[in-house]
Amino acid sequence: MRWLRPLTDAVSTLTYPLHLDEIAALIDPRFSSKQPRARVTEVVAEGPRSATVRFRPAPGWQQHQAGQWVRVGVEIDGVRHWRSYSLSTAPGQDPAITVTDIGRVSGALVRQVRPGDILYLDPPQGEFVLPEHPRPLLMITGGSGVTPVIAMLRTLAARRPDTDVVVLHTARTRADALFVDELDALAESAPGVRHVLWLSGESGRLDLTSVATPDRLCPDWRDRATYVCGPEGLVADAERLWASEGAGEHLTIERFSVSRVAGPPGSGGVATFTRSDREVRVDGATPLLEAGEAAGVPLPSGCRMGICRTCLTKLDVGRVRDLTTGEVHGEPGDLIRTCVSAAAGDVHLDA
Amino acid sequence: MTLATLDDRTPPRPVGAAHLTREQIDELGRELDALRAEVMDSLGAEDARYIHGMIQTQRMLEVAGRLLLVGARRPLAFAAGTGMLAVAKILENMEIGHNVIHGQWDWMRDPDIHSTSWEWDFVAPAKGWKHTHNDVHHTWTNVVGKDRDVGYSVLRVSREQEWEPRFLFNLPMNALIAPLFEWAIAIYDLELDEVKAGRKSKGALRDDFKALGVKVARMIAKDYAGTPLVAHLATRSGVQALVGTALANTIRNIWAHAVIFCGHFPDEVESFPEEAIAGETRGDWYVRQMLGSANLEGGKLFHIMTGNLSHQIEHHLFPDMPSRRYGQIAPRVREICERYGLKYTSGPLHRQIRQTWRTLARLSLPDRLAVSR
Repeated sequence: MRWLRPLTDAVSTLTYPLHLDEIAALIDPRFSSKQPRARVTEVVAEGPRSATVRFRPAPGWQQHQAGQWVRVGVEIDGVRHWRSYSLSTAPGQDPAITVTDIGRVSGALVRQVRPGDILYLDPPQGEFVLPEHPRPLLMITGGSGVTPVIAMLRTLAARRPDTDVVVLHTARTRADALFVDELDALAESAPGVRHVLWLSGESGRLDLTSVATPDRLCPDWRDRATYVCGPEGLVADAERLWASEGAGEHLTIERFSVSRVAGPPGSGGVATFTRSDREVRVDGATPLLEAGEAAGVPLPSGCRMGICRTCLTKLDVGRVRDLTTGEVHGEPGDLIRTCVSAAAGDVHLDA
Repeated sequence: MTLATLDDRTPPRPVGAAHLTREQIDELGRELDALRAEVMDSLGAEDARYIHGMIQTQRMLEVAGRLLLVGARRPLAFAAGTGMLAVAKILENMEIGHNVIHGQWDWMRDPDIHSTSWEWDFVAPAKGWKHTHNDVHHTWTNVVGKDRDVGYSVLRVSREQEWEPRFLFNLPMNALIAPLFEWAIAIYDLELDEVKAGRKSKGALRDDFKALGVKVARMIAKDYAGTPLVAHLATRSGVQALVGTALANTIRNIWAHAVIFCGHFPDEVESFPEEAIAGETRGDWYVRQMLGSANLEGGKLFHIMTGNLSHQIEHHLFPDMPSRRYGQIAPRVREICERYGLKYTSGPLHRQIRQTWRTLARLSLPDRLAVSR
C-alpha cells in the first residue's frame, strides 16, 4: 500500500486541507493521515482480570517483530489515553495485546472495548526481539512480562519447532499465570521446549540474586541467549547476576515498571508550553507530561516510565527533576523525558 | 503609598457597568469562573460524539457537493452541489474550524481535532489567524486601538475611532468586504499596519506572506482548478463547476461576514477606550466581554450554522469552551447579567444586520453631521 502514497497525495489536491485518508475514513474509520488506527476484531477473556484484544490495523501498517511493543490509545470519556503493550502474536498475524486490568487504560481495554471499536496506534518499537541466528534460549518472565515471550514462542513454533528453549515463568498462582495452558501444550508438542512454572505464592519470590536457583532450574543458563521481562526487581537482579557471571552479553531485558522518586514538596513551579501557549502550575512530583496533557497540550509520549524516549521535548528555560533518580538537571536546548521529569522551578517547554 | 497610587489608577468603568462596585465585579468574576469550571469538568463522551458527528456530516456534505458539481451541466446537480458545498464550507469554517482552532476540543487529546494542527478551508492560514483572532481580538475585545477587529482597519465602526475622509466609503467598503470576506481576512492577518508602525518585523511579514502564498495556491488548485478540471474531463461541466465552487465560497463569505459583524457592532454594544483596560481584573474583563458582544436568536440549526457565534457573549466569556455548551449556559449567563444590571444584547439576525449597516452609515460621516441615534 505504501507505493500508493504519491498517488493519494496527488488526489488530495482535491480535498485540501484534508488528506484523502480523511475522506476514506468516512467509509473505514481506520484511515487517518495523522494517526495509525486499527479496528478491534476480537476480545477474549484470559482469567478474571485479563483479556486478549486482537485488532486489524489500516493498510500500510508497519509489521511488528515478535517481542516488540506498541503504544495503544483508547478514548475514555471522550479523552484519548495511551499506554504501551507488548504484542503477543507472531509477525504476519493480526497484532494482539494481552492486558491485565490494573489502571484506567488497561481497565477500559479489558472491560469496555468491543469488536468493531477503533484503537489508536504508534508503529511497533523495541529491541526485545529474537536473535538473528538460532541458538539455545532462556526466557525468564514475571506476570504479564510473558506477553512478548509468547509472541516469540509462537513464532518459533511455526518457523523453527526444533529450537532449544527453556521458559521460566513466574506468577503468584496458576490462575494468575497468563498463557499457562498454551505453554504446557507447547512443551508437550515441541521436543526442544521446556516450561518451568514458578509459583511465588507457594515457593516465594524467584531468587535471581545468586546462581543457586538458575543453576538448579537451568544448569547451562550462562550459555543461553537469555530474555528477561517482568517487574523491576526481577529485571534488576538478572542484570546484576548475569554481569557478575560474565554473561551480560547474552542477556536482553525489557522493563515494564520503574519506581519514581518524588521531589520534596514545593519544588515545582509554573510550566509554560510555548507552542501551545499554555501555562500550568505544577508541583515537584508530577511528571510534566501529565501536567501538559491535563492542560490539553498534545505531547508525544511512549512508555511513560522514562525508557523509550518517545516523549523527548525541548527544554527552553529552567531545570527539571528526574523522578527516577531525584537528580535536578537541564540546560536550555536539552531534550528531556517529560514522562519522568518534574519542574524544579519555572520551566518553558517547546511544545 | 504604592497601594494608594494603584487605587488612583483604577480605570474608568465601562458605561454599562458604571453602577457596579469593585466588590460586585469581583463577585461576578467568581460566579463566571465557577460556571466555567462546572462545564469544563463535565466534558465527556457526549461532547466527543458531537464533534465527531459534526465533522463526519460536514465531510459527507463536502464530498457529495463536489461529486454533484462534477455533473454541473445539469441545473439540478449545479444547484444541489453548490448548496451542499456552501453549507459544508460554512460548517467547516464556523462550527468546526473556528472552534477547533480556539482549542475548544483540545481536551480530547486527539491529534486529528487539535488547535495546534488544524488547517481550515479558508484562505487565511490557521496560524496567522490564531494570533490576530484568538490572541489579539479575544484579549482586547472592542478596545479601540487594541482590538484590530474593530473596523478591520478599513471601516469606522465606533465613535471612539477618529473620523477620516476615507470613512465616507464605509458602506461600499463593507459591501465589498462581504463577498470577499476570506480574502479580506487573509490580508488583514498579515497586519500590514503593524509592520508600518514598526511593531511587526519585516522578517515576520515575509514568513506570513510565504505561508499565505502556499495556502492560496492550494486553495485555488482545489476550488478553481481541480474540481472544474475533473468536471470538464468527466462531463464537460468545467465552467459550471467553476461557477459552483466560486458561488459556494461567496455564499460562505457573505454569511460569515454577516454573522461576525453582528457579534460586535449592533446598537447597544459598547466599545472601550484604551485607558479603560489598565489594571483590569478578571471580573472587569468578563464585564467587557459581555458588554462588547451581542447574541443572535434562532433555532438549533441556525446556531450550528453560525458556529454558535450566535452565542457570541458566551463565546467571548469562555472562548475555549466547546461550542455545543454555549446554548446550555446562555440562560444562566443571561440571569447573571440581569442580576447585576448588565445589558445582555440579543436579537434576530435581520434586526442586528440592519442595525450594523445603519451604524456603519452614520459613522461614515463626521460626528457633527451624523443624525444622532
